Amino acid sequence: MATNAASFRRQHRIGRAVIYGSLFFMAAFYLMPLWVMITTSVKHLDEIYAGSFIGLPQQITFDAWRTAWSEACNGTACRGLKPYFINSLLLTIPAVIMSTGIGAINGYVITKWRFPGSNVIFGLLLFGCFLPFQAVILPMAQTLGMLGLAGSLPGLVLVHTVYGIAFTTLFFRNYFVSIPDELVRAAKIDGAGFIRIFVSIMLPAALPIIVVSCIWQFTQIWNDYLFGASFTAGENAPITVALNNIVNVSMGRKEYNVDMAAAMIAALPTLFVYVVAGRYFVRGLTAGAVKG
Amino acid sequence: MSTLEIDRARKLYGDLEVLKEVSISIGTGDFLVLLGPSGCGKSTLLNMIAGLEEISGGEIRIAGKVVNDLSPKDRDIAMVFQSYALYPTMTVRQNIEFGMKIRGVSRAERDKAVKTAADLLQMTHLLDRKPSQLSGGQRQRVAMGRAIVRQPKLFLFDEPLSNLDAKLRVDMRTEIKRLHARLGTTIVYVTHDQIEAMTLATRVAVMKDGVVQHLDDPQSVYDRPANVYVAKFVGSPSMNIIPAKLEVKDGNAIAIIDIPGAATAQLAGIPVSSQAAAKYAGRGILVGIRPELFSVTGAASAQKLSVNIDVVEPTGPDTLALFQAGGVEVTARVPPRAVAARTPATLAVDTAKIVLFDAETEQRID
Repeated sequence: MATNAASFRRQHRIGRAVIYGSLFFMAAFYLMPLWVMITTSVKHLDEIYAGSFIGLPQQITFDAWRTAWSEACNGTACRGLKPYFINSLLLTIPAVIMSTGIGAINGYVITKWRFPGSNVIFGLLLFGCFLPFQAVILPMAQTLGMLGLAGSLPGLVLVHTVYGIAFTTLFFRNYFVSIPDELVRAAKIDGAGFIRIFVSIMLPAALPIIVVSCIWQFTQIWNDYLFGASFTAGENAPITVALNNIVNVSMGRKEYNVDMAAAMIAALPTLFVYVVAGRYFVRGLTAGAVKG
Repeated sequence: MSTLEIDRARKLYGDLEVLKEVSISIGTGDFLVLLGPSGCGKSTLLNMIAGLEEISGGEIRIAGKVVNDLSPKDRDIAMVFQSYALYPTMTVRQNIEFGMKIRGVSRAERDKAVKTAADLLQMTHLLDRKPSQLSGGQRQRVAMGRAIVRQPKLFLFDEPLSNLDAKLRVDMRTEIKRLHARLGTTIVYVTHDQIEAMTLATRVAVMKDGVVQHLDDPQSVYDRPANVYVAKFVGSPSMNIIPAKLEVKDGNAIAIIDIPGAATAQLAGIPVSSQAAAKYAGRGILVGIRPELFSVTGAASAQKLSVNIDVVEPTGPDTLALFQAGGVEVTARVPPRAVAARTPATLAVDTAKIVLFDAETEQRID
């Protein structure tokens, strides 16, 4: 008996070791590119060209980060990523707020104030989720031209807001549909109107899905390249476009360390958002599945 | 004064008529129960009273005032929902206060009203909790508190007990009854549970397919149901409806029931007018006998039925004895161990409480 128990424990330990070993291997494999990026970004350019690509830096320097932030050239000017980072913030924040807000109102109306044809409208909105970016570029460019917003940041904010509504409406509709209609009826009897019910009852209950919508929209808009490249030019470009320009413009030796640092600067905000709000993200995505 | 008059109210969804000219009128302090199976239109009617559904035809008057075109908040009503409908992100106190805040009631008055309601429902200790931290019974209490602070002309309850377990349901039922006795407010209460209707109501409206079948006080509905449907819906086990033949001897109605394996039974002393007796003489009718009208120790003069007991089902306080009569299965409620299965028995019948129904229209014969 004792030997049986011992062998069972040994088998258990071996099993655990295999599981953790393979998990560790997968994680390491997945993190490899990040590792290369981080190490490369803090190396001297000479060291990189000497052939050390994966190994630890001999001497850590943040020169490449400074260059990427404020000095790197993108073909027209050498002001680094900083102005474009600010552009992206000015673009992303209003677009996220507006698309989430409109999506919330849409979801509220579609689930709680049904009107003839509301299902059709929701179906058409869903269509927007499957529409590829490329398909809307030309009509969107014409629209922006007519509105006098071509090539400007407000124009790009509008594009992202409109394009995001399909997704945010879907999020909020699916969330609000699980909130019982009796709540709205009770509030009506309490004397609350359309706006009061939305602000006092639906929105506070929708916190998890608001977070999901914001993360989703932030990631989409911050990381977007196609719309940014299509509808803005020069000074108004978002960070993704600027990053591409910096990486593609090379005078003399290609500055891999600066490229890596710039790429990481461009990726940091989305990383930050995930770390801060990721907890809510998972909770919000699964909230619809479990009742109560 | 808080009367409710429903005057030929109709509800149409497209061409589908879910309520057909419903007329109900109750006085101040009445407890009206709308009783019926799901789909009978009782909840629709309640929502029309509340203003949550439009009225397709007819009139609804609360305290004499036509409310057809008033929004829910202007009808001076409060409603308790089946799922309680507590605002999930607000505390109990905020839930109760919400309506008063919207109406612009001052803070001091709000606090006072909340305290009064909380004391009345014994939930002062729950005021700062969220609905998710409450049990089903506590949520129900909060929902009632939210309705009480409104001090409405009319309380509306939409199946408020059906989400509770059996024990709690009985407790809350008593609590609602006590609340009604104390506040004296007019109540309209929707349920499919006939026990709730019997125990709570001062007036019961039994509904089926959008039509009120019977509107009366609960005991009258139980004793003299308007038709076979009401007879079967109210009471458990339900009233026995036995096909029989009516004959008239010396001006007295006698119901003749076939008993398999025995002589036909003749039941005299049935309360029915001589005109009706004459009209139905010699015709087939339906005899309605409540299970408790049977007994094993009737007086010598009592009307008797000799039957073969098929099955006995002891329930504790009494036993249900099942036998065949008139081609249907009949249930008798008798004392424990009074009869045995698969043996003959003689049962006395309290014929003074028998109800007769027309075999075709299934309406009561008076």
